Amino acid sequence: MTQMVPNSTKEIVIQTDPSTGPWRDAWRSFSKNKVALVGAGIVLFFLLLAILGPYIAPQGINDQSLKDRLLPPSSQYWFGTDDFGRDIFSRIIHGARISLWVGFSSVVGSVVAGSILGIIAGYYGKWVDTIISRIFDIMLAFPSILLAIAVVSVLGPSLQNALIAIAIINIPNFGRLIRSKVLSIKEEEYITSAKAIGMKDVRILFSHILPNSMAPVIVAGTLAIASAIIEAAALGFLGLGAQAPAPEWGKMLADARVVLRNAPWTMIFPGIAIMLTVLGFNLMGDGLRDALDPRMKN
Amino acid sequence: MAEREIILEVKDLQTSFFTDDGVIPSVDHVDFHVKEGEILGIVGESGCGKSVTSLSIMGLVPSPPGKITSGQILFKGKDLTKFSEKEMRKVRGNDVAMIFQEPMTSLNPLFTIGNQLVEAITLHKKDWNKKQVKARAVEMLRLVGLPRAEELMKDYPHQLSGGMRQRVMIAMALVCDPKVLIADEPTTALDVTIQAQILKLMRELNERLKTAVIMITHDLGVVAETCERVVVMYAGKVVEEGTVDAIFRNPQHPYTKGLIASVPDMRHKKQRLYSIPGNVPKPGTIKNGCRFAARCESVFGRCTEENPPLYETSANHKTRCFLYDQKEVEVHDKTAATS
Repeated sequence: MTQMVPNSTKEIVIQTDPSTGPWRDAWRSFSKNKVALVGAGIVLFFLLLAILGPYIAPQGINDQSLKDRLLPPSSQYWFGTDDFGRDIFSRIIHGARISLWVGFSSVVGSVVAGSILGIIAGYYGKWVDTIISRIFDIMLAFPSILLAIAVVSVLGPSLQNALIAIAIINIPNFGRLIRSKVLSIKEEEYITSAKAIGMKDVRILFSHILPNSMAPVIVAGTLAIASAIIEAAALGFLGLGAQAPAPEWGKMLADARVVLRNAPWTMIFPGIAIMLTVLGFNLMGDGLRDALDPRMKN
Repeated sequence: MAEREIILEVKDLQTSFFTDDGVIPSVDHVDFHVKEGEILGIVGESGCGKSVTSLSIMGLVPSPPGKITSGQILFKGKDLTKFSEKEMRKVRGNDVAMIFQEPMTSLNPLFTIGNQLVEAITLHKKDWNKKQVKARAVEMLRLVGLPRAEELMKDYPHQLSGGMRQRVMIAMALVCDPKVLIADEPTTALDVTIQAQILKLMRELNERLKTAVIMITHDLGVVAETCERVVVMYAGKVVEEGTVDAIFRNPQHPYTKGLIASVPDMRHKKQRLYSIPGNVPKPGTIKNGCRFAARCESVFGRCTEENPPLYETSANHKTRCFLYDQKEVEVHDKTAATS
């Protein structure tokens, strides 16, 4: 058995770069996309702010100086101060942590829950699929912010509950995405051949179907982080998310309404922070889609 | 050669699909057997039930709507249709393996060749250590004639050509030393030169490893080149069975005759290529009589009324046609004389 079959056949062997693989190819295509790199740069910047926030912020979250109320941007207070004489620059840096945390963890939550439901619905089909899909349909029938408000009003307003609400409203998006992916992948011949070598259903699901349906989830996930950040800010603005004195960007916007006419910087800078983060995630998400979508490949 | 034992026997197998239009028997009371180390060809047009037969043996008929409705599939005397899903999993890959038509899509694009081979081995050889498993994987890649096997282990499917991928599929199917290998049109998606290589490889492996092969194909050339015995299927039924020699030299069923006549022959370029008139009937549409009757050139009264049984015309040849019923032989002789 250890002997080779006499070399009856000669095929031309294409020498390929050893460092290729689906993910490496995607990275290569992503790193060529300048706009996407800018997006990734912005995301990385805010990520660093979130991690290093307490060390680089010139002042603490609640350091008030009542004689310095509503000061315009200056060399001492780069982004000015708010109603309580707090440094807006410092609060925005601290706020990065909250927004990114809400963005990431709510999306991770909805991806995990959505994946499990989507896989079950797609792979087992029949009545299981019907039930899960109809629940998704019902959830999608509500405008997402309305559903989030409903969830928060049941759970009570807090940052954590806002996060849970955002995670819940995003589940059907990921669930449907994964379900459709599973439906197409389970008909692939490599799934039949995996069955033909005696593989278990569960193993096929997790080692063949799941990894192959991940590419669109990564894209949708990145874009969903952006919308989750906006939703968190919206809930914060409505007073249903983070509570004072947390430096949540949406909450800062809401607080700035009262003094908007005299001190527009109290609103401009948190607004710019939200916009930039969302822009970063969107650009990065678009770049990822171009890199991971096989139809975009040339 | 006659002493070889029967390893897989399909008895009276009926696999039906339960659709909105009623129950459609896609494989209808099919009988055949494979002996140890033998290459059996199953030939027929698209839609005649070849693939469903092979999926039935593997227990992989998509269910619903498909189901094995009667019959037995005996592997070493044990009836596979009675096996539970868990028992079947142990059979698949280990005792009976299968390779598919499309080598381009039969490998998971996200994992390396090595990864997938190792996975196939560890599914059945749970007590092997990593080193053994890897050595076996490399050995199999060499066995199927792939160069630089060690490096190939780290390659992804998209880096390989169709022929190489089909070799990998064969390696993967044979990795646990199955007794029977079902090859469902293994060369259909490949170009002619690669086809010839793959067929040669399969013949060589059959001789070396003594693995019985069921070669499912619509290509008579493939059969002539590789098989010892042939089963000709038409519309879910076995219409003729015999050794390759018998079938090609003396085709008996009008369908088989038509099939052989419609193979292009380079020696007679001027002749128009023969084609059997009509199409394969939709499964389930013919209730009475021979299923080939509507397209048959030698059709006569009895054909549309009764279902012909398999007539044994010689020791290694059976035909499902009334022309070979003793009562009809004289009639047949007349037709043969006039044609």
